[in-house]
Amino acid sequence: MKIKCLLWMCCLLVACDKAPEPQESFAGLGSDAADFAQVVPGKVFSFPEDHGPHQGFRIEWWYVTANLKDAQGNVFGVQWTLFRNALKAGPTEASWRDSTIWLGHAAVTSATHHYAAERFARGGVGQAGAQAQPFNAWIDDWNFVTRPGAASSLADMQLKASGAQFAYDLHLTSSRSLVLQGDNGYSRKSDQGQASYYYSQPFFSASGSVTIDGEVYKVTGPAWLDREWSSQPLSAGQTGWDWFSLHLDRGEQLMLFRVRQADGAGYLTGTWIDAQGQTQTLHNADIQLTPLETTTIDGRKIPTRWSLKIPGKQLDIITQAVNPNAWMNLSIPYWEGPVRFDGGVGYLEMTGY
Amino acid sequence: MAIFYWTLRALLSHWRRHPVQFFSVLTGLWLATALLIGVQALNSQARDSYARASHLIGGEPQASLGTPDGASFPQDVFAQLRRAGWPVSPVVQGRVQLKGLGHVRLQLMGIDPLSLPGSGAVAGQRMSQAQMMAFFDPPGRTWIAPQTLQDLGLHAGQQPITLNGHALPPLQAQADMAPGLLLTDIGFAQPVLEMPDRLSRLLVDKAFAAGQPTPPAGLQLKQGEDNNLARLTESFHLNLDALGFLSFVVGLFIVHAAIGLALEQRRGLLRTLRACGVSVRLLIISLGVELGVLSLLGGVLGVASGYLLASLLLPDVAASLRGLYGAEVPGQLSLSPWWWGAGLGLSLLGALLAGASSLWRAARLPLLALANAQAWHEAHGRWLRRQGWVAGTALVIAVLALWFGHSLAAGFVLMAALLLGAALGLPVVLNGLLKAVLGRSRSVLGQWFLADCRQQLPALSLALMALLLALAANIGAGSMTSGFRHTFNNWLEQRLTAELYLNPQNPAQAQQLSRWLAQQPLVQTVLPTWQVAVQLQGWPADVFGVVDDPTYRQHWPLLEASSEPWDQLQQGDTLMLSEQLARRLAVKLGDTLSIPTPQGTWTPKIVGIYADYGNPKGHVLVNSKHLLTHWPTLSPARFNLRVSPSDVALLTREVQRAFALDDSRIVDQQQLKGWSSQVFERTFAATAALNSLTLGVAGVALFISLLTQSQSRLGQLAPLWALGVTRRQLMLLNLGQTWLLAVLTLVLALPLGLLLAWCLDAVINVQAFGWRLPLQVFPWQLAQLLGLAMVATLLASAWPLWQLYRSRPADLLRTFANED
Repeated sequence: MKIKCLLWMCCLLVACDKAPEPQESFAGLGSDAADFAQVVPGKVFSFPEDHGPHQGFRIEWWYVTANLKDAQGNVFGVQWTLFRNALKAGPTEASWRDSTIWLGHAAVTSATHHYAAERFARGGVGQAGAQAQPFNAWIDDWNFVTRPGAASSLADMQLKASGAQFAYDLHLTSSRSLVLQGDNGYSRKSDQGQASYYYSQPFFSASGSVTIDGEVYKVTGPAWLDREWSSQPLSAGQTGWDWFSLHLDRGEQLMLFRVRQADGAGYLTGTWIDAQGQTQTLHNADIQLTPLETTTIDGRKIPTRWSLKIPGKQLDIITQAVNPNAWMNLSIPYWEGPVRFDGGVGYLEMTGY
Repeated sequence: MAIFYWTLRALLSHWRRHPVQFFSVLTGLWLATALLIGVQALNSQARDSYARASHLIGGEPQASLGTPDGASFPQDVFAQLRRAGWPVSPVVQGRVQLKGLGHVRLQLMGIDPLSLPGSGAVAGQRMSQAQMMAFFDPPGRTWIAPQTLQDLGLHAGQQPITLNGHALPPLQAQADMAPGLLLTDIGFAQPVLEMPDRLSRLLVDKAFAAGQPTPPAGLQLKQGEDNNLARLTESFHLNLDALGFLSFVVGLFIVHAAIGLALEQRRGLLRTLRACGVSVRLLIISLGVELGVLSLLGGVLGVASGYLLASLLLPDVAASLRGLYGAEVPGQLSLSPWWWGAGLGLSLLGALLAGASSLWRAARLPLLALANAQAWHEAHGRWLRRQGWVAGTALVIAVLALWFGHSLAAGFVLMAALLLGAALGLPVVLNGLLKAVLGRSRSVLGQWFLADCRQQLPALSLALMALLLALAANIGAGSMTSGFRHTFNNWLEQRLTAELYLNPQNPAQAQQLSRWLAQQPLVQTVLPTWQVAVQLQGWPADVFGVVDDPTYRQHWPLLEASSEPWDQLQQGDTLMLSEQLARRLAVKLGDTLSIPTPQGTWTPKIVGIYADYGNPKGHVLVNSKHLLTHWPTLSPARFNLRVSPSDVALLTREVQRAFALDDSRIVDQQQLKGWSSQVFERTFAATAALNSLTLGVAGVALFISLLTQSQSRLGQLAPLWALGVTRRQLMLLNLGQTWLLAVLTLVLALPLGLLLAWCLDAVINVQAFGWRLPLQVFPWQLAQLLGLAMVATLLASAWPLWQLYRSRPADLLRTFANED
C-alpha cells in the first residue's frame, strides 16, 4: 500500500491540520473523481496485463522497496516509485495532448545518510510510461524492467535510479506467485467505502550495487513490489497514515497500514502472508500498533520507533528506523525508510505529520 | 538656526535679483541630467529586455542542443535522450503573424514546463502546480509581456487567430516575460507553427552541459553563454553611453560656469555676511544647502525630461536593435523606482562636482580682499597656465592610449582624453592667439577690442569649450556616419548581385526547389548556399558553403586576399572570413581557423578577408563541397538566382504558384537593399538625434554665459560710451568680439572633429564592431555644420546685445556713480 499519492490527491480536499502548508496536486485539480473508473469488489486480476497501466483510473503506482546489506554488514534501504496521474477521465489524446502526469520518487537510505530525488514527466511523448508486455516502467533513465529471457513477467527484473548523490542498480528475482491484498485484491481504505486494487510481490531477492556519495557497495537482501490503482481520494477527516511492509526471518511477510483520522481514531488493517504465500486479512481488533518514540525533523514529530503486536500470530516486536532522518524532502514531503526489528527487516512510510 | 535661516535668505536673494543666472544653473543641471538619463533609460530598457529573453527559462541563459543549420528535428530525440539520462527539455520556436495584425511578427515559443532544466522557473517565477495545469490543460495559456499585450491592442483572455488559422490559447499578461514573445505549452505551439512532433531545440541542464557530453548524431551542443544577445549588442550600447556622458559633461560645464559667476557676484555679500559674524562653516553649509536644493530641482526636471526623451527615441532604438541583432525591445519604457532614484543621485553628484570649486573658493575667501579686475586677470593668467598643463597631460594620455590601447575602453579613453585636452587647451590657445594679435594692432579701438576680448575669455571660456566639444563631436560622428553610409551602400551595391533570393522552408522543399529551378528557362544561374551556425572561440558565426561561380569572383570584394583566392577556395581546404571575425579571432591571411564540426575540428586555411558591415555575427565562406563533407546532412538554406531584372516579377509569381512559399521567403534584390539601408538609417537615427541635442546644449551654454556676462559688462562699456563710441558701435564691437571668439573656436573645432572622426573610424569602430572605415571628408556637411554653429552663436548673442543696445544713457551713467 502506497498511500502518499492519495495524500496528494486529497490534501486540497482534506484539512491536513498537521501538514505545514497544504500542497496543491495535479490529480486533485483534475476532473471529478466520479468520471473515472470506480474500484468495485470482485475484480478478477489478469496477468501480465494488470502489470501495465490502467487507463480510466485516476492514479496508479509501481513501487519497490528493498532491505539490503553488504558483506561488511552495512544496512541499506532502497525505494523506487513510479506514479501515474490522469488529469482527466476519458480517453487520452496523442503526444503532448496526453493528459497523464508521471512522477518518480527514488531514495537510498543508510544508517547515516538518506538521499531522495524526484522526476516529473508528461505522458504521450515517451519520457515516462509503463507497459505490460514486455514489462517496463520508466521515467527518464529510472527503470524497472523485465530482463531479457525472463521466465515470466516479474520473475527477473532490473531496477535502476539515480540522484545527485546516489545511484542504485539492482537485480530482482522471484519464482513465487503474486499476493492479492485485501479481499482478493480489493483493498479498503475506510469504513466509507474508499478502496483500491492492490497486489504485491513480497518475495523478491535483490542483489546489485548501491552508490552513495561516490562510494559503491555490493548488496543483497529481500525486496517488495506493490502495485495499486484507484480513482477515489480518501474520505474527509483522514489525515495521514503509517504503513509497514515487513519481511520476517521465519519466512512470513506482513503488510499493514493505519489511516489516521482527525478525531484520533484510525482505520487499521493488514495482510498476513505465510511462507507459502497464503494470505489472511488482519482487522483492527487483531493488531496492536503503538508509537514509542518520535524524532523531530523540520519541526515535525515523526514516530520512528513502534511497538507492533499481533497476538493471533505470536508477533510482538519493536520496530526501529535504520535511519530516523529518512525524510523525503520532495515536492510532497513524507517519511519513508527501512526499519529493523528482532526477527526481521522491513519498510515504513508515514505521511501527514 | 536663526543665523542659518537669515544667511540662507541673504544668499538666495541673489537669485531673485538674477533670475537668468538661476535659470542657467537649473538649465545646466536639467540638460546634463536629461541627456544622460535619457541614454541610460534606453540602454537599461534594452539590456533588461535581453536579460528577460535570455533569463526566461530557469533565470539564466540555457545551454541547448540543436541542428547545425537550425532546422527542426523529430520529437522522439527528446524521449531517447531523457531515457539515456540527459536532463533535456523540448522547445519549439518560430515566428507567427496574427490576423488583423499582419505587420507584426511575433516569436512563438512552446515549452514543456515539467521538464525545464535548472530551477524550472519560467519568466522569473516557479510555476505552481495550478499554474502548470492551467498552462498545458486545454485551452491552456499564452504568456505575453504586459507591454507587448498593450502594444498589440489585445486583452488578456483573448484568443488571437494566427494567419494560418490556428487560435492561440487565451492570452495572459505575465510580468518578466520577454517582449515580443508568446509562450505556450509545446502541445499548443506545435500545430500553430505547423511543426507536429518536431522540435527546434532541446534545453540542456547547465551543469550537465558543462561536462561537454557528446551530443547525439546530427545535433550540436551550445553552451548557455554562447547565445548571449547582450554580448553582441554591447558596443551599440557603449556608443550610446559615451554620447550620454558627453552631454552630461557639457551640461555640467554650464552649471560650473553659472555657479562660479554667482559666487563672483556675491563676493561682496559673502564678505558682509562674514563681517557680520557668520562663520565660514555656516556659510559653506548654507551654500551647500543652496546647491543641494538647486540640484534637486534640476535633477527632478532632468530625470523627467530624460524619461520623455528616452520614450521619444525608444522606437528608433528598438527598431535598430531588432534590425541589427534581432533583439526584441518593447516600444514603451518601464523603469523601476530604483532607476529614478539613481537618476536623481547622479544629478546631485554632478551638481556637487560642478559646484565644488566654487564652495572651495568661498571657503578660502579672504575677508577683506577687494574684487579687482586686474588682480583677477593675473590670477586667471596663473589659472590658464595650470590649465595648459592639464590639457597637455590629457593629450599625452590620448597619444599613449592610441599607442598602447587595444580595447574599446582604451578607444574611449583616447577620445575622452583628446576631447578633454582640446577643451582645456582652448582658452590657452585663444588667449595666446589674442595676445599675439594684440601686439600688432595699432588702432586704439582695435587694441581695446582685443584686450577686452581677452578680459572676457575667462567668463566665456566654459561656454566656448562646450561649443568646441559639441561641434567636434558633431563633425566626428557626422563624418563617421556619412562615411559609413557611403561605404555601406557601395558594398551593398557590389555584394547583392543575385536578383532573387529564395529561402526554402524545409529540407524536402529545398530538394524540390533545386530540381524545379534547374528546369526554369528564366533562371540564368542558380547559386545554392548551405549554412551552418558555429561558435568560433566562443563567438557566434555562420559558415556559408557556396559553389564556384563567376558571380562571386566579380562581385565579392575582398579587403585582403592571397593570390588567386577564388581558385584556392574552389580547390584547396581553405576559407574566407569577414573582417570583424578576423579581428575578433586575431587571425590573418595564411593562418588556419579551427571550426568545430560533428566529426571533430576542421582547420582550413584563410585565403581572403572581406567586409561584412552591419553583421554582429561572424561570417565564413567555404566551398560547399568541403562544408558538406563535414556536415553531410545539410540541405541548401538559400538559393540565390541570377535572372534578367525584367523577369524577376514573372519568376516570383511562378515560384509562388509552384511552391507554397510565403512572402518572407522570396526576397528580391531591391527589397533586400531597401531593407538593409533602412536598418542602417535606423541605427544612426538615435545617434543623430542625440548629436543635434549636444549642439543645442552648447548653444544654450553660450547663450547663458553671454547673458550673465552682459549684466556685468556695462561697467567696461560705459567709459567707451563716455568717450564717444555710439551704442550701435558698441553693440557691433561686442558682436564682433563674440563672433571672433566663436569663429576661432569653430576653426579649432574643425581639425579636432576630423581627428575625432578618424578615431571613430579607425579605433572605435574597429574595437566595437570589428570593421575599419576609410576616413572620408564631406566638405558640404562641414560647411553646413559650421553655418549651424554660427547661427547658434548669433542667436545666443542676440538677446544680450539687444539688451545692451536698449540700455539707456542713464544706465551707462549710473555705472560711474556706483563705482567705489
